[in-house]
Amino acid sequence: MGFKNQPMTNVKPVDDRESLFSPEIRAEIDKWVAKYPGEWTQSAVMAALRLVQDDNGGYLTQELMDKVAAYLNMPPIAVYEVASFYSMYELKPVGKHKVCVCTNVSCMINGSDRIVEHMEKRLGIKLGETTGDGKYSLKEVECLGACGGAPMFQIGTKYYENLTPELVDSILDGLE
Amino acid sequence: MSEEQTVTIEVDGRELKAQAGAMLIDVTDAAGINIPRFCYHKKLSVAANCRMCLVEVAKVPKPLPACATPVADGMKVYTRSPLALAAQKGTMEFLLINHPLDCPICDQGGECELQDVALGYGSDVSRYVEGKRVVKDKDIGPLVATDLTRCIHCTRCVRFGAEIAGVRELGATGRGEHMTIGTYIEKSVDSELSGNIIDVCPVGSLTSKPFRFQARAWELTQFDGIAPHDSVGSNIHLHVRRNEVMRVHPKENEAVNECWISDRDRFSYVGLQSDERLTAPMIKRKGGWTEVDWPEALDETARVLKQLHGDQVGALASPASTLEELHLLQALMAGLGSNHVETRLRQNDFRGKAPSFPWLGRPIAELETVDAALLIGSNVRKEQPLLGHRLRKAALEGAQISYINPFEIDLNYAADQMVDTPFGMLADVAGVAKALGATGGLIDSAKVDETHQAVADQLKQATKASILLGNIAAAHPDYAILCGLAEKIAQASGATLGFLPQAANSVGAQLLTGKGNNAAEMLANPCKSYVLVGLEPAYDFWNPAQASAALKAADSVIALTSFRSPSLEQTATVMLPMAAFTETSGTFVNAEGIWQSFSGIVRPAGEARPGWKILRVLGNLLDLPGFEQESSEEVLAEIRENLADKKPDNSLGDELPAQQLSQTSGLQRIGDVPIYAVDPLVRRSMPLQQTHDAIAAAVYINANEAGKAGLSEGDRVSVKQDGHQATLGIIIDSNIPDGAVRIPAGVAGSETLAGQFGQVTLEKA
Repeated sequence: MGFKNQPMTNVKPVDDRESLFSPEIRAEIDKWVAKYPGEWTQSAVMAALRLVQDDNGGYLTQELMDKVAAYLNMPPIAVYEVASFYSMYELKPVGKHKVCVCTNVSCMINGSDRIVEHMEKRLGIKLGETTGDGKYSLKEVECLGACGGAPMFQIGTKYYENLTPELVDSILDGLE
Repeated sequence: MSEEQTVTIEVDGRELKAQAGAMLIDVTDAAGINIPRFCYHKKLSVAANCRMCLVEVAKVPKPLPACATPVADGMKVYTRSPLALAAQKGTMEFLLINHPLDCPICDQGGECELQDVALGYGSDVSRYVEGKRVVKDKDIGPLVATDLTRCIHCTRCVRFGAEIAGVRELGATGRGEHMTIGTYIEKSVDSELSGNIIDVCPVGSLTSKPFRFQARAWELTQFDGIAPHDSVGSNIHLHVRRNEVMRVHPKENEAVNECWISDRDRFSYVGLQSDERLTAPMIKRKGGWTEVDWPEALDETARVLKQLHGDQVGALASPASTLEELHLLQALMAGLGSNHVETRLRQNDFRGKAPSFPWLGRPIAELETVDAALLIGSNVRKEQPLLGHRLRKAALEGAQISYINPFEIDLNYAADQMVDTPFGMLADVAGVAKALGATGGLIDSAKVDETHQAVADQLKQATKASILLGNIAAAHPDYAILCGLAEKIAQASGATLGFLPQAANSVGAQLLTGKGNNAAEMLANPCKSYVLVGLEPAYDFWNPAQASAALKAADSVIALTSFRSPSLEQTATVMLPMAAFTETSGTFVNAEGIWQSFSGIVRPAGEARPGWKILRVLGNLLDLPGFEQESSEEVLAEIRENLADKKPDNSLGDELPAQQLSQTSGLQRIGDVPIYAVDPLVRRSMPLQQTHDAIAAAVYINANEAGKAGLSEGDRVSVKQDGHQATLGIIIDSNIPDGAVRIPAGVAGSETLAGQFGQVTLEKA
């Protein structure tokens, strides 16, 4: 089946979609499914993965991705592709606060190296690692579209712009 | 603008006519203008991700990918202009950044699209000095080796899986430089067409595991051949080095196999090197086997045959025997006064009139254009993989494909499956017939349910529909009734009746043999002597227990065979080494009725000789007329003369056999033949035997029936059938209906049992 013309569905869709997720999660995913044309349930994969990840303490497991595939009637590998492509999906456990530092061009020019260095020193971890107490994760990401406030990072759903080492300290101090 | 509209474009100053909307690369390919490409493949969707086919189009400021640019009237294209060349060279340089430049140690070296194109478009020296990307190789099964560091991310393999094989197993995970091709989780690629990803891969990233590092492309000589494992008759290229077949590739033939072949046809050649090849004639003396020379073996054989009178001898031959072999076998038997020559060894119900030239009912290529099809007793995807592929194409175009089978089969498209016991299958087929208004026999008492009605309506409304009978149907105890009912369905719905012939020459064999006693009769009333051609008694018969007993009871069993095997050594008295696939010339008639001839391209192993020659010399030694042929072409000419007026004809006799032979009581066995158990060569191809499709003998039973019998997964049970016994493991399988167990035939472990269908009892061992 073409990648363009028709969605590739599973030959044998699961019978009891209800058992896959809690009613709340299903209701949320279904809202997203409803936004796309009938047979394109798999278009909701990104939203579904985000919902499931949030529900699972910030990361995805293969089992959860398989469930998403079954729920949206799509091949599991297609879900793995999406989950491994986007940096907002985590495939391993992460800290309570995930600090996503942009190191792309604008931020780099404006000194993101300094920000990264400072945080690595303060938290005692390298990019891509999590502190021993499970509180912080540090992650290098590509452009988050806030070049006007470079250098910047994102924690949770919030953007912090025009960062300096001092500002970083006060932000991190303010986190629980 | 309509799709049919013709436009005129100009490519490199040449004027070309093309259909509006066609992609530029298709137009230039047709005109023989070469544009380099990696991700484009004519059978796959357009990805346009490799950017190698960039060309200059007048009035467009940037170069465009030819694979994704529809032609428009008056378009001026330059494939070799400075802009186009700069773009192509730039792409090449980027592609080579992360590609190892170590062609001499790569298995693809010498036949690599990247290497070829790099020669034309790459620079002599790499400007890239930084570290290259390295990707860990993945184990995706026994057939395909991965070397993913070499991958250029064209995604042809991913698209092949999704679009052709119909199973999305491979994917591109990760992003940017971290993108890799793989299954993400530990898992093998299990499609029956998976070997084709080796061909579509433009680099050395996916290569053939059995062939890997065995030979270089330039050491190989290419010969044409015809694949011997199913009735598609796929056209193949055989690559030979120093008298050894090193690998098999597809040879493009749109009408037969397009540009694909099944894994069975691609990897079976490995079995040619089996230790079990019979390399010298052997005679059984005082219970032991003695190697003898050909004159002695032939004299002994002729002496044995001379003592027999007509009816006392019967010939049983593999349906993958060539026309030439079967013609001479028939002539030899006729000379001895017997007309008992049979190849339908997996059939037990021979009632009714067999069609004179059974065939698919329509050309193979037309199968993908049907609007509806009803398959009765067929696991076409595994039995004739490329016919399954054609049907899948039809299904994707909206055709309604329905199946009536004794167990639910694993399909790669949505289809209606009616699953019932062997006995219940008849009721389903009769139900569909009744829904179409047919009458007579079973149909009158049949019940019509919604599914029957729906299938009947689909068949009736379709402008092009096929009713097809498969391998499982052929082995069914009521095959004659199934055929009769299928014909009635075809007549009542206006659909075409067709057969999915089992083996490479099942159709050809029907033209030449089957005039005397059939296989069931020959084994039920044992002959004094048998001639076997290309068979293993334990695995090639409908009822292996009965066949072995009949052969053991015979005074003499002359076996022409390429392989030794325990069951043959126990039953035969003389074994004559016969040339195997690729070693003999011959002709197969495929499902469509096309005669395809091939020549022998390697010397037979040891003292083995082509089957037709052995039979010819036997004819001479017995002083029989009609054995003066000097070449297989002469034999073929004779056959052509005899069969000149034969046209494909599926018509059956009018009478439906009334008596139903399939039983309702107890547990009924379903003995299908798994994809990699069909013939002696396939059974000896180790790579194929290591795949997931090479299923072992076991008792597949659903949870309900297992519960009733107090059995659970993994239990060992003693299976009894007709006084024969085997000890097998239990596998719980929800695809099996109540009242039935699936115990595959043709595999080690079930050869001590009786027929492929029949009542069995299970007892905890």
